[in-house]
Amino acid sequence: MKHTISVLLLNKPGVLSRVTGLFSGRGFNIESLSVAQTLEAEVSCLTLVTSGEDSIIEQITKQLHKLIDVIKVTDMNEIEHVEREMVLIRVKAEAHTRAEVLRVIDIFRGKVVDVSPKSYAVEVTGSTSKVQAVIDILRPIGIQEIVRTGTIAMVRAKKY
Amino acid sequence: MKMKGSQALIKCLKEQGVKVIFGFPGGVLLDIYDELFRHEDILHVLVRHEQAAVHAADAYARVTGDVGVALVTSGPGATNTVTGIASAYCDSIPIVILTGQVPTKLIGNDAFQEVDIVGITRPCTKHNYLVKNIEDLIPTIREAFHIARTGRPGPVLVDLPKDVVAAMLNYPDPKVVKMRTYRPTYEPHPGQIEKACQAILKAKKPVIYAGGGVIASNSNLELTELAKKLSIPVTMTLMGLGGFPGTDPLSLGMLGMHGTYFANMAVAECDLLIAIGSRFDDRVTGRIDAFASNAKIIHIDIDPSSISKNVHVEIPIVADCKHALTSINAWFDRASEFNRDAEVHKHIPWLAQIAEWRALHPLGYVYDENIIKPQFVVQKLHELTEGNAIISTEVGQNQMWAAQFYHFNLPRAFLTSGGLGVMGYGLPAAIGAQIAAPGRTVIDIAGDGSIQMNIQELATARQYKCPVKIAILNNGYLGMVRQWQELFYHKQYSHTVLDVGPDFVALARAYGAVGLRATKPSEVEPVIKEALATDNTVIMDFVIAREEGVYPMVPAGNSTTEMLLA
Repeated sequence: MKHTISVLLLNKPGVLSRVTGLFSGRGFNIESLSVAQTLEAEVSCLTLVTSGEDSIIEQITKQLHKLIDVIKVTDMNEIEHVEREMVLIRVKAEAHTRAEVLRVIDIFRGKVVDVSPKSYAVEVTGSTSKVQAVIDILRPIGIQEIVRTGTIAMVRAKKY
Repeated sequence: MKMKGSQALIKCLKEQGVKVIFGFPGGVLLDIYDELFRHEDILHVLVRHEQAAVHAADAYARVTGDVGVALVTSGPGATNTVTGIASAYCDSIPIVILTGQVPTKLIGNDAFQEVDIVGITRPCTKHNYLVKNIEDLIPTIREAFHIARTGRPGPVLVDLPKDVVAAMLNYPDPKVVKMRTYRPTYEPHPGQIEKACQAILKAKKPVIYAGGGVIASNSNLELTELAKKLSIPVTMTLMGLGGFPGTDPLSLGMLGMHGTYFANMAVAECDLLIAIGSRFDDRVTGRIDAFASNAKIIHIDIDPSSISKNVHVEIPIVADCKHALTSINAWFDRASEFNRDAEVHKHIPWLAQIAEWRALHPLGYVYDENIIKPQFVVQKLHELTEGNAIISTEVGQNQMWAAQFYHFNLPRAFLTSGGLGVMGYGLPAAIGAQIAAPGRTVIDIAGDGSIQMNIQELATARQYKCPVKIAILNNGYLGMVRQWQELFYHKQYSHTVLDVGPDFVALARAYGAVGLRATKPSEVEPVIKEALATDNTVIMDFVIAREEGVYPMVPAGNSTTEMLLA
């Protein structure tokens, strides 16, 4: 089963390789990974998507926590949270498909970020499944290139 | 007052209680060695290979309980330490490794003797550092010692560029290290202690399975108290030997691949397994689904990632073993439902069953009056040192015979590369142990193969007047691998025959040590006696039965009840 794991860690040189080295050394897989600074300059938030049985996920969270530079590890699957990723897609847009591409992008609430006579580059944000859906819809029209970010996730605020 | 980085480094090492450094100099360490020359209150032991520095520091740490320190130069000096570091990491031994590094402006330039040792050792250290600024030097050293000695101990490496240790700084006032991200859990959760004690009271067939954590946390007395209070048999891992008296009637000796028949049977049949500071290593469990399959499991460990890693645990207790055992003992002392006599009485049938297994297949070997059996040598060593020696081992058959037949009654007396299994560990470890405990008898039980992996350390032993005794169980084979070939590879002894070996007696003499040889069983005792009476490094070359095997043996992948007994 897929798990989204959020890791707060000290923003020190080599810290990312401590995380990725842990995964490769112990044979865990990483499906996506995204990392950037938080509000605090010396702290980064790393979100990674992995998969495995519960016992593997338990080991992953424990091993991550064992890294000296790691502050906090949260398995997002255990809590209410929102997940997003973003994709940039360069799709063929010639005379007979330009309108169709725009319609599709509109349905997915995406936007065009680069235009050329023969293509559009579009940006779509959403859950992994939404991003996958827009790729699948545009594929027959002719996708030239895609770049996806990894998933990022945030715990939902308490509502009461 | 400003001082040089190298001067501050030595000052800080003293602040951390360092009395001995095992090291080997080099170009980028010149500032540090120049400073070290002035400090007679730190003993620097010049090894002959950097790997040995780390093994010696490891053994020093095991014997004293303090942090061991190794100091080596950049590049090859640093890479030579990797085996030693990985071994200390597997066995959770607190050491700090200081490596020299090329000047910061050359890092990344493929400079002479430059290597990314922080990158190389990342997976085999508890933590590591590259110090890039002089103001980070002292806080980093303090943090390194703090991390090495607390929680689950382990090796910490600090990489020191030449320009950093040559720079000037104001020495920062000593202060307690407090880290935002690293706070090991020492105190057990009272609810978990309650659950564990209730489970112990319910158990009819409990077994304690004690590992190196008992030694690391100095909780051998607390463990002994618990076992005796409730009359619970104790089996130990290779790393746990000495954590409970090996000659006590409740001791089942070692378990696992070369464990005793009765220890493995007891674990297979028990209804409660109390794992203390042990980690369910594959050499202990054998086929995992058959391991303690009828038992509820309690697991005490300071490292949460050790718990439920290989075997599902019903009652986890994340804590220092000493704190947890103290809490458990205290619980029984105040619990109204605990009646000591009733508890001891309840375990009589279980202990009788174990005694039956013990009588059926005791640990033993067939004595031969014409040819020396290796087990006989270890027994004689035990007898003639009254069980009080510090024993180090190499890896292979020598290690297993030492573990089986030298019954350790005290902790911190058995030094072996348990997790990584390093051939070449024993001699440098014996030197580290002898430096740590100058008055004790220190014996390296070795094989003729593994002793050659760090034989150059004879010079170190001689230079620092370490009267270590090296007992070579010489069978002219890489014996353990040969044994596997005999059993599982149709006796095809592919490259395990040491056709050419040195004359160890002459070799000892070449280093100014003493060389003795025994070729008959009747010569074993006189040779050991002479060695023990000699105030010099001694090699005892025991020419043993060539194809003697280590038994019992659980073939890899089998259940631990499926033992080859001879």
